[in-house]
Amino acid sequence: MVIKIFKNFGKRFFSNWFKRKKHVKIGFYGPPNAGKTSLANKICKDWTGEEIGKVSKIPHETRNVQFKEKVEIKYKNKVMTFKLVDTPGIATKIDYEDFIKFGVKKKVAQKRAKEATQGVIESIKWLEDMEAVVVVLDASKSPYSQVNITIIGNLLARKIPVLIVANKIDLKRANTKRVEAAFPEYDVVGVSAKFGKNIEEFYESLLRKK
Amino acid sequence: MPFSEIRELGISERIKKILNIILGNKILILQGRLKSEEEIRLIEDTMALVDHVKDFRGVELAVIDSFNKEEAGMFLKMKQNMAKALIGDTSALTIIGPASIVKEIKKNPKKIELMLNK
Repeated sequence: MVIKIFKNFGKRFFSNWFKRKKHVKIGFYGPPNAGKTSLANKICKDWTGEEIGKVSKIPHETRNVQFKEKVEIKYKNKVMTFKLVDTPGIATKIDYEDFIKFGVKKKVAQKRAKEATQGVIESIKWLEDMEAVVVVLDASKSPYSQVNITIIGNLLARKIPVLIVANKIDLKRANTKRVEAAFPEYDVVGVSAKFGKNIEEFYESLLRKK
Repeated sequence: MPFSEIRELGISERIKKILNIILGNKILILQGRLKSEEEIRLIEDTMALVDHVKDFRGVELAVIDSFNKEEAGMFLKMKQNMAKALIGDTSALTIIGPASIVKEIKKNPKKIELMLNK
């Protein structure tokens, strides 16, 4: 009984909490290159016609928190207005030499690394301001990394509602079930932000039981 | 390192002690695990060090739980939770290593692999 209540806490908390709100500040968190900005762009494009930021194959493209105010999402007679907060990816290590592998020049790579470290710190600082969070994970990678567990554990400790997105389901190695198994107490939606695959299910999860 | 070495320390002192060990190019195996707010603070302070300490690239971090939460019985779970409340979570192991030495820690529910740099 106790375990069941705990297991369903994440799911229930997210939907019950959303029932009471009309305007929500929602953050996009996750490791670098999971597709946070791609997903935020897809949402912004769908509902405002504009994008929120630039995306790249090189990790840590987003190095500053970026916003989009008043994004009104309508789904099946439900309407909700969001302030979208797209955050830099959270990592435990940043090496400028990793950027050089993508063809970036040394000085530019070093500058990028410096900005990326500050971006991680900025993301963490912003956590306390979030009213709800979409944790974006790369479904083609192992979900058991400590960064993922730390982010989600922290949101739970702060009682911030969480929806997990398993992104990049267009990739062959993507495995949404593995993400669900890693975080069974949360709602997990598999999407491809890049191709808009399953995005309707994402909107439904976001606005469910409102 | 036994958990008792950091039990009495506040969050800042705990993280400082851990990062001092890592900056000495050592891999730390800590009995127990940090609280989630300590883990996020560890990431935050690590990033500040990457920004300021030459050749420091950050850390690799993993936590291993000593028992399978899904399979453990109700009574065992209650015992574990009571112990956690009283003395902290010492049933886990936390591995923290400098990124210059530990290339990657691969983890799945059944095993953990530590990949070292050449």
